Amino acid sequence: MTTANRRIGVPEFDRTGYVYPDIARAQAAEIVAKYPQSRSALLPLLHLVQAEEGYITQDGVDFCAGVLGLTEAEVAAVATFYTMYKRRPCGEHLVSVCTNTLCATLGGDAIYSTLLHHLDVGNEETAGAPGTPGSITIESAECLAACDHAPVVTVNYEYYDNQTPDSALDLVTALQAGERPHPTRGAPLTDFRSVEREIAGVFTNLGDRVTATTQSPETLRGVLMAERNGETAPAMPENPPDFPPLPEKK
Amino acid sequence: MSLPATGPDSGAPSGGARLTPVLTRRWPSPESWSLSTYRNTDGYQALPAALATEPGRLVELLKSSGLRGRGGAGFPTGLKWSFLPQGDGKPHYLVINADEGEPGTCKDLPLMLNDPHQLIEGCIITSFAIRANFCAIYVRGEAIHAIRRLVFAVEEAKAAGLLGRNILGTGFDLEIVVHAGAGAYICGEETALLDSLEGRRGQPRLKPPFPAVAGLYACPTVVNNVETICSVPAIVLGGADWYRSLGTEKSPGPKIYSLSGHVTRPGQYEAPMGTTLRQLLTSAGGMLDDIPLKFYTPGGSSTPLFSAAHIDVPLDFDDVAAAGSMLGTTALMIFNETVSVPWAVWKWLEFYKHESCGKCTPCREGTNWLTLILRRVVSGQGTLEDLDVMNDAAGNILGRSFCALGDAAATPVQSALKLFRGEFEDLVTGRTPPVVESRALVGAH
Repeated sequence: MTTANRRIGVPEFDRTGYVYPDIARAQAAEIVAKYPQSRSALLPLLHLVQAEEGYITQDGVDFCAGVLGLTEAEVAAVATFYTMYKRRPCGEHLVSVCTNTLCATLGGDAIYSTLLHHLDVGNEETAGAPGTPGSITIESAECLAACDHAPVVTVNYEYYDNQTPDSALDLVTALQAGERPHPTRGAPLTDFRSVEREIAGVFTNLGDRVTATTQSPETLRGVLMAERNGETAPAMPENPPDFPPLPEKK
Repeated sequence: MSLPATGPDSGAPSGGARLTPVLTRRWPSPESWSLSTYRNTDGYQALPAALATEPGRLVELLKSSGLRGRGGAGFPTGLKWSFLPQGDGKPHYLVINADEGEPGTCKDLPLMLNDPHQLIEGCIITSFAIRANFCAIYVRGEAIHAIRRLVFAVEEAKAAGLLGRNILGTGFDLEIVVHAGAGAYICGEETALLDSLEGRRGQPRLKPPFPAVAGLYACPTVVNNVETICSVPAIVLGGADWYRSLGTEKSPGPKIYSLSGHVTRPGQYEAPMGTTLRQLLTSAGGMLDDIPLKFYTPGGSSTPLFSAAHIDVPLDFDDVAAAGSMLGTTALMIFNETVSVPWAVWKWLEFYKHESCGKCTPCREGTNWLTLILRRVVSGQGTLEDLDVMNDAAGNILGRSFCALGDAAATPVQSALKLFRGEFEDLVTGRTPPVVESRALVGAH
């Protein structure tokens, strides 16, 4: 569609001509089967689209609409609402830097500007050809629920805790060189598209993916301190007490 | 203020918090996320007792325990469960709000990462109590590792006969789906969450009808926070009296306090409801580098700010409310004297502007205008009139928005202007230099 006949307010997605393979269709069917009503599968299916194509495309919107019996408009309305759905092709890795107040106070803003400068791109832009090895999409993120580990950076949503501008620069430089440094808390790093498939609810080797430790010093601080100090909650009764009776019917 | 510095290996510091790990007690165990570890530490011990009683008596237990919702609003959990109609012939649903995203809040993530079975056991008991056979755990999409741990826990539980058909031979059936969101703070609002779970834009619904009457798929639904439901197995095992032996009369139980920011040892500290910031700070080694406290949030950025003068407020629902704020999620973001309050508030408003769903005018337009004015103020280009306009705008968002997100956005502005108006005035009059260069704002967010 050319600029001249572009309709104002109507979201547009790239038409890639990608044909969704049978395996993706089978995975979609598995996702849909989990829910009492099929439309609940739309958010996971849009993650599946990103696993297939690296971002939300017109072909992906059509795919979801076809699987769920929805209109394109219904799917597009959802695809344009949520931050995690990318409208432009994503890099091999998505680097998110928390710049909300708490992380920013402890250095998140400095980390973010250091990385933008290094990659020589703006917010939500990609350094390198999207999808090629070492390509990086960078974004400033809202609170990532890891404030006790601030400032935090995630790569493909795996946590790299307690970052500094230097450590974050080392991390991104390593990613660009094709290395995959292990997250502080998270599974061994893969790439954006592989993680999007997991977010969609499709896992391979889940038993191996869950094992990496998440027992950070910050997480365990209170409970280990209690242990050292010999502090506990009051002991529970030996057996569960009787349940209270039902209230008398009025 | 000054607090005694205690080394990590010293005993309980005098004046520190009394630590009472209940929900966090398994976190240091090896493979704390596995079924075998959970079972070796009293896991799935509450379930047989719960399934052997009548659902209604579980509801009564929760009522008498006094447990109040841990997602921020503090609504009595047993009462919420009791609102579901009985014998209505419709399916009932349990939905877990695991969309943790309130700035400062970081308690549900470690609960799901490090002890997912505790949540699963809580879900099974709660589903039985409210007569639900389908439960969805709505996890924010970014929390992929928590999603992995939960999905794995569901699979393990299913293989052990703890989930699925005819659980433990009782005839009770339950399916749990771990559902990933897609990055929208508004989905932490329970009706927006339900719309999102139904495959729509995450926008709040008009209430009433409340979810207890017309929730997921227009059927009776309970929406509870992760920490709330994680409390259920312990309440079944210990009973209401045991639970009430911790905390205050109107806010019973233990609470996970999340300390972040300018504190020597940030982290998760589980202590009885009503613990103060002074006690928690003492346990956490005091203020970072001994730079004094300036302000903190009792429960995330949506709760009115507290200043250093509020350091001895007991952090429970009623005492915090009496002191002019809200307990929220007990996300204690701690800021020292080096932090500019107008800057902090501006950053938060950028967040609310980004996360406003756009459904109602006061929130959509108001957060935008507040952000624009705050940008002007922090870059030294504001006027004194701007401060009044902000106060007025915040007052017109509060209580006039469709849901609590608008209220939440107004809150930091109003409380900061109330407690720290001088800082805003100094930026406007040039007594203090701009916190942000105006050109640095170009392209910000």
